[in-house]
Amino acid sequence: MIAYWMCFILFLVGLYGAITRRNLIKIAISLSIMEFSTFLFFALIGYIDGGVAPIVDPADPVKIYVDPLPQALVLTAIVIGLATTAMLMAVIIRIYRKYGTFDIREIKNLRG
Amino acid sequence: MKGMTTIVKKTTQLIAGMVFMYGIYVIIHGHLTPGGGFAGGVILAGSFILLILAFGSDFVKLMKEETGSTLYENLAILTVLLLALSGLLLGTRIFFMNWMPKGTLGQLISAGMLPLYNIFVGIEVAASILTIFLALVIFKEEMKE
Amino acid sequence: MNPLIPLFVAIPLAGAFLIMILGRFIKDFNKYFASLILLILLIFSIYSLITTGSKLSLYKVGGWEPVNGVPIGIYMVMDGFTVIVLCIINIVGFLSVFYSISYIKRYTAENYYYALFCLMVAGMNGVVLSGDLFNIFVFLEISVIGAYALVAFGVEKNELEATFKYQVLGGIASFIILFGIGLIYWKTKTLNIADIKASMSSGYEKSFYLFAQILILSGFGLKAAIIPFHAWLPDAHSSAPSPISAMLSGVLIKAVGIYVIIRLFFNMFAITEGMSILITTLGTLSMVIGVFLAIGQWDIKRLLAYHSISQMGYVVLSAGIGMILISRGEKPEVAALAITGGVFHLINHAAFKGLLFLNAGAIEYTIGTRDLHEMGGLSKFMPATSATSFIASMSISGIPPFNGFFSKLIIIIAAIMARFYFVALLAVIVSIITLASFLKFQRYAFYNKTDAVNERKIKEVPFPMIFSMVIMSILCVLLSLLVIPGIRELVLTPAIDILMDPSKYSSIITGN
Repeated sequence: MIAYWMCFILFLVGLYGAITRRNLIKIAISLSIMEFSTFLFFALIGYIDGGVAPIVDPADPVKIYVDPLPQALVLTAIVIGLATTAMLMAVIIRIYRKYGTFDIREIKNLRG
Repeated sequence: MKGMTTIVKKTTQLIAGMVFMYGIYVIIHGHLTPGGGFAGGVILAGSFILLILAFGSDFVKLMKEETGSTLYENLAILTVLLLALSGLLLGTRIFFMNWMPKGTLGQLISAGMLPLYNIFVGIEVAASILTIFLALVIFKEEMKE
Repeated sequence: MNPLIPLFVAIPLAGAFLIMILGRFIKDFNKYFASLILLILLIFSIYSLITTGSKLSLYKVGGWEPVNGVPIGIYMVMDGFTVIVLCIINIVGFLSVFYSISYIKRYTAENYYYALFCLMVAGMNGVVLSGDLFNIFVFLEISVIGAYALVAFGVEKNELEATFKYQVLGGIASFIILFGIGLIYWKTKTLNIADIKASMSSGYEKSFYLFAQILILSGFGLKAAIIPFHAWLPDAHSSAPSPISAMLSGVLIKAVGIYVIIRLFFNMFAITEGMSILITTLGTLSMVIGVFLAIGQWDIKRLLAYHSISQMGYVVLSAGIGMILISRGEKPEVAALAITGGVFHLINHAAFKGLLFLNAGAIEYTIGTRDLHEMGGLSKFMPATSATSFIASMSISGIPPFNGFFSKLIIIIAAIMARFYFVALLAVIVSIITLASFLKFQRYAFYNKTDAVNERKIKEVPFPMIFSMVIMSILCVLLSLLVIPGIRELVLTPAIDILMDPSKYSSIITGN
């Protein structure tokens, strides 16, 4: 049970970072922490005590397998996370070129 | 972008081929062992990225490479979609239907269309990660001017 | 199985990739091909609207049949409510992409624009058609990645700042949603919405699901920009190119936000009174605060964006009233009326807000500014833009005989009949402030005489832009016909039926 709580705490650490940090890169890293805490949570909920990796072996069929579905979900979510992170990084590089800074306090053209 | 020292270049020459082969192995055994299109594709892209980092590349060449990888990426993902649609057009007329013969469990050529999906997803992932890498490098190169 | 259902996702995806490949070699291929794709989708969605009626069609992707009554494959579901949102997406999508043919000429990289547009449409179609939670997440990400890139399409300072805000808040929302999905999967061991409903009814842990509900509500609330989560919307919607603003404001926040909230809270979770009161409160807050934030705006697109928050408040509020009445088990006919108002306002908002953003784009295209101070007297030079924007303004302010009047009237009547007199009063007041705000827009943009505008170079926008705006304004008038008995039974009633009966959706799909 403690592992699940640790996941949630890691999630909150990421959320805290995303809200309080002022550096664009650090915000992106915080988002990645949130992302991976969620993936860890998914991997945990598929775990079954004494289970092995869900690869069917025709020679030795009777075994307890861990739940393969969360693993597939995590793989899909990693692909999506890769796309969003790449997109975010591209935007950050562009912002750095336009504003010349990573500090979010100096990026405030849009107001009101 | 400049290349690195001779030691790095020589080591990369030795390693890159092996990384590439391992990526292909992971892709074509995707339906039998852990791994598959995505994991193998990342490894494939890794070998290309190693080469570009070690040997360096000039701006024009990078742009050309990015154009090529974008094209490959789109062709590969379009093929995956066509494979999925082939289930809708042939056989049982269901989207994503695995209509090919399944073969025996554990053989390399089995599981119907899954190896095909794995191969094209592998190309797609390799090309797209290379594209992302090249795009970010191009941004950096543009910034110097 | 209806073969149209997967095509709604497959066609725009194939279109996006084909544009990226062939658009390189064939000049002008991208714009006409994208319009063609959206036209095909538009025809398909209207055909589905006519044929679906009150039946629910199910598509099992890959042909995976349920094992022992437990669904194991990916299900795509098309019912009355889905079809309405599909129609909204594809109609507004087609008109926006047709409008883009002239509008987007000033940007480079048109291939990327049309490809991303098709991806965004594919994602939204996928979200509304998907029958399981994880696919909702996947398609949602596809559509919002398209939206992030399109918001940044101008790559100037404002666009980049807006897209950064949008991406960070959107990213947080995505992971909150994913965490909520994980929690639900942990307890129910299934991802199929209908199956989750069925297994929830056997053992319902109240506090656990309350936590999951709050995660899901805040995640999709962030995507839908309900008021405590609204910070990204005005920036993102005002910085995007105008056809994209029309798509984001008219469709995206509905398809990936409001639609999913309504679908999950009516058809998946057990409706509890506490949660329904929370949703109603959020809706009321959005409605009131959104309109007050809009008052002081002088940038047209920011003004419209804040009004989007306010108008979405009406939809959420009426869905919330319906939920409260269902959870108390009293007055089902009033609950049905409230939900009717909400769904109807959802349709209407797509029409008039899409049109208003296209008008704003036309003004920006001609005079090159979005500041209301710097325009005036445009009605003489741009008669089509002026007339269509007048229709849209009156429609959003709730003036008869335009569509906005009927949906707001239904919502207010439902609120009074449900004895939420204060909420009904607020709805009326917000409507009046909206009218004032749009009269300001009309006066400063089209009628006020100023010499700020250089008269010589102003002329009406090109044909594709006028065409899209005129069709949208015709829709604004025609959609009010949906309340007439006889037409209402064809479109609105099937959607209301599926939402009103909490267990109907799940029992049809799982088959027991």
